[in-house]
Amino acid sequence: MSNILLYIITLMLFLISYFKDKKKTKQALIKAWKSFENILPEFLGVIMLVGILLSVLNPQVISKIIGKESGWLGVILSGIVGAITLIPGFVAFPTAAMLLKNGAGYMQIGAFVSTLMMVGVVTMPVETKYFGKKLTLLRNVLAFLFSFIVAYIIGKVVG
Amino acid sequence: MKLIKRYQFFLITVIITLVFLAVNRQMGIKAISITGYSFKEMALVIPPVFLLLGLLDVWVPREIMIRYMGEGSGLKGILLAILLGSAAAGPLYGAFPVAAVFMKKGVRFTNILIFIGAWSTTKIPMFLFEMSALGARFAFTRLLVDIPGIIILAYLLSSFVSKNEIDEIYKKAENL
Repeated sequence: MSNILLYIITLMLFLISYFKDKKKTKQALIKAWKSFENILPEFLGVIMLVGILLSVLNPQVISKIIGKESGWLGVILSGIVGAITLIPGFVAFPTAAMLLKNGAGYMQIGAFVSTLMMVGVVTMPVETKYFGKKLTLLRNVLAFLFSFIVAYIIGKVVG
Repeated sequence: MKLIKRYQFFLITVIITLVFLAVNRQMGIKAISITGYSFKEMALVIPPVFLLLGLLDVWVPREIMIRYMGEGSGLKGILLAILLGSAAAGPLYGAFPVAAVFMKKGVRFTNILIFIGAWSTTKIPMFLFEMSALGARFAFTRLLVDIPGIIILAYLLSSFVSKNEIDEIYKKAENL
């Protein structure tokens, strides 16, 4: 749904751009292609890496790691699992719901969802290319630590 | 030779997948099917993102971006960064090229970090999904913690890097 909207908006803007200034539109296309081609190797590598990781870490393995009695260790482990995997949201949320049903705690799921979205170990090659090593590392570490605050509060409020 | 070096990381992952396929057929097939799925996602979302970036780069003058999101844009810049990040579609790696264009256009560094944070975790389409899968209480709690969290993290992060380091990153973005 949101994809279709994105395409319609893009197409409309390009049409407007084309009628206003053909040369600038061509320039925009060239810029789009150049920046895409520039990051393509990293994109491809990351996508392959995601496939490799998810073939090892399936929901069964994950729910073994973060059972109800796993406590803070379980929170940390689920945080780590979330940090290294990169699952699209519409797969991740139903997975998280399933994990809850299979006996995972809210605090653990809170950590999993938060690191899943904010921390990206596999996408680090892409991030480094734009932000450099130091900032990429710092951002991911801070987001990882922050996820435990999120987990704690979710555990208190929802659990 | 240069091409091989650029695609070195990708080639290594291809080799690992092939090893998986040889050692454990089932796991290898699973890896390939997940990769295929991610490819589809990338092929769908990434082209419009880059096309829009091309348009933004060509049409929106630097002065306007600076006025709305640059140094001295204050609360307006922060809110815009959160809104733009939350309205985004696609995985986090799509946010980094956008950040690069923002750098070119003189957007304030903390606002770029806030934008990245919002893209990573407060996306509106994802929020709706989260609410239906995990419940409104879960989703709202996370959102309410995340919004101040993103802003605090952005300022904390930028306090760790010097002015020179930020300039260096901005300069690099010019060539991306």
